Amino acid sequence: MSSSAEILSQAFTLGYTYTRSTGPIVGQFLTALRDRKMVGIKGSDGKVLMPPVEFDPVSAQALSDFVDVADCGVVQTWSWVSEPRKAHPSDKPFAWALIKLDGADTPMLHWVDADDAAQMSTGMRVKARWAEKTQGLISDINGFVPEATALSEDYQANEAEEPITGIDSPSYLTYNFTAGGATARYLAELKKGKLVGQRCPSCENVYIPPRGSCAACGVATTDEVELTNKATVESFTIVYIPIPNNPIKPPYVIANLVLDGANISFLHLLSECKNEDVRIGMRVEAVWKPEEEWGYAMENIQYFKPIDEPDVPVEEIGKLKKGGR
Amino acid sequence: MAQLAAVVGVGQTKYKTKRGDVSIAGLVREAAQNALNDAQLTWDDIDAVILGKAPDMFEGVIMPELYLTDALGCNGKPMLRVHTAGSVGGSTAIVAASYVQSGVFKRILTVSFEKQSESNAMWALSNPQPFSPHLNAGAGGYFAPIIREYMRRSNAPYDAGIKVAVKDRLHGAKNPLAHLQLPEITMKEVEDSPMLWEPLRFLEACPSSDGACAMVIANEDLAEQSPGKPAWIRGAAMRSEPTMYAGREQVNPQAGRDCAKDVYKQAGIDNPRKDLDCAEVYVPFSWYEPMWLENLGFAEDGKGWELTMSGATSLLEGGDIPWNCSGGVLSSNPIGASGMIRFAEAAQQVRGEAGDHQVDGAKTALGHAYGGGAQFYSMWVVSSEKH
Ligand SMILES: [Zn+2]
Repeated sequence: MSSSAEILSQAFTLGYTYTRSTGPIVGQFLTALRDRKMVGIKGSDGKVLMPPVEFDPVSAQALSDFVDVADCGVVQTWSWVSEPRKAHPSDKPFAWALIKLDGADTPMLHWVDADDAAQMSTGMRVKARWAEKTQGLISDINGFVPEATALSEDYQANEAEEPITGIDSPSYLTYNFTAGGATARYLAELKKGKLVGQRCPSCENVYIPPRGSCAACGVATTDEVELTNKATVESFTIVYIPIPNNPIKPPYVIANLVLDGANISFLHLLSECKNEDVRIGMRVEAVWKPEEEWGYAMENIQYFKPIDEPDVPVEEIGKLKKGGR
Repeated sequence: MAQLAAVVGVGQTKYKTKRGDVSIAGLVREAAQNALNDAQLTWDDIDAVILGKAPDMFEGVIMPELYLTDALGCNGKPMLRVHTAGSVGGSTAIVAASYVQSGVFKRILTVSFEKQSESNAMWALSNPQPFSPHLNAGAGGYFAPIIREYMRRSNAPYDAGIKVAVKDRLHGAKNPLAHLQLPEITMKEVEDSPMLWEPLRFLEACPSSDGACAMVIANEDLAEQSPGKPAWIRGAAMRSEPTMYAGREQVNPQAGRDCAKDVYKQAGIDNPRKDLDCAEVYVPFSWYEPMWLENLGFAEDGKGWELTMSGATSLLEGGDIPWNCSGGVLSSNPIGASGMIRFAEAAQQVRGEAGDHQVDGAKTALGHAYGGGAQFYSMWVVSSEKH
């Protein structure tokens, strides 16, 4: 195997716009925050849990007895963040702290706005700094501050009356996605307009795209095989649903295609034909984009189109010829 | 030699598009509490909790088992998470059962859930990735070509899938917990419903549901003391195979056939159609009923659709081997829970607790789940009789 394969790596952000049903207990806590009030809940041992939880962590009983709690209390322990990150609640250094509010028996996690770590101490008293505008989120508490700090109470009145039952909870995860060796080799060939698969040394089946191993035999594959532009339709579906952020307009044909000389199918689009004419066994060939647009991507092939060749008998599609190869 | 274990309590939530009234914790709690109530037990009676759900991406709560320990009474107890894609509800039940059969624990609470309304399950399954074209259009887009190949090789009539879609919804209308309640559904309505992934129509696909299912599984001594009727676990098996390899049989996967053979052997079943009274089988897309009828040995290869079309799998038509009397995955699909619902509904049938969708006198039933690219299988056979 050639060692010229580049390491292909790409930043990749996976994002979902989740929503969250709060349920009655957390919902009431958030509704109280919106009114700039703190509520805890009485546990089965009579202690006040803050923030409120739905089920008692010791006895597992369902809890429902809300208790008003002060918006000031004592720092039980803390950790200084000298270099805040983007997702942090403050862009200047701050402390994460476990704060036991007056009237509560358990501490809750929040952040303390202090000028430097020297200002922080276990046992110090802090008070909530409410946001000017509240929405029923934990960030309605714009951090805690040392109790002596003067705060302007220039609040916007909250006009919403409906209790909070759900919140938005989007999540974005940024990865550095590295293609493996086999994929990098395959994509480097694709960039040159070539379709190169790998043959399993044990069963002789040819994989494209190559995965660097044969899942049937459990062995590594290194032997490279250049394949043609021609393929056979193994099966297909006509999709009537648009793919988000994809210019393909439904209904479009997604086919499982087996390239000549390969023994496994991959998915690609089929075009330049009537959807109703597509059939299992049909012969097709790749339609490449203009060479100047080629990159490290299967999208170099725009789609496959039918060619004037007789259909392949179904039992022969993707199968090794007798005696291998 | 493994000890006997039995289902002594079953609890489910009502399945619906969105359970906006409860948190994830509230949802699993509801099913778990129902199972405890059914078994007439309390949290203190449980030795361990085994939880299952489909990929974390569905709700975006990573390792939800950590946060669910309060809701499931795990203080001071072992808690374990099982993870096998769509089959997870079934494999979770099997993991729970094996801990009891091995004598490690005496009585286990097992729970599975999905709260699909918190995200978009279809695209959570088909997110774009670097270096590969984004051509996946959800699970339906993946399974439709496999279904097309089944139709080709079996010469099944075009409406066998439509028949299943109607049959399972009519069953679901007998189950008050089922998500879809379509007592008036007709073949024409299914046929006229929008095509999504040809050959699959909208009404031939499962809904997207919120819901949870739970069971209490106990050892022989405790099961005998249980106030309700136990469902004895007579066999349990799991099999996997890779999603992609050259020569893979996708229509009638080997792992499914092997899994069925194993579970039947354990349960002493020679002819599943004759020896079982009913089955709850994971059929998320209509055509998977005839396909699994063959894979699970209820019909010869290429003949599964004949059973379907004859009404043999319909409770309402008096079929000899009703499939999915609860309405199945086609009527309710909280993905992570869907497999466990199959297992639990099989148990309810042999306990005589299935209500309006009870098969008269059912003694022995199959629960089945599959997941991933039809690569994970889990199955159990439960019976009203110990041996
Ligand atoms: Zn091989």
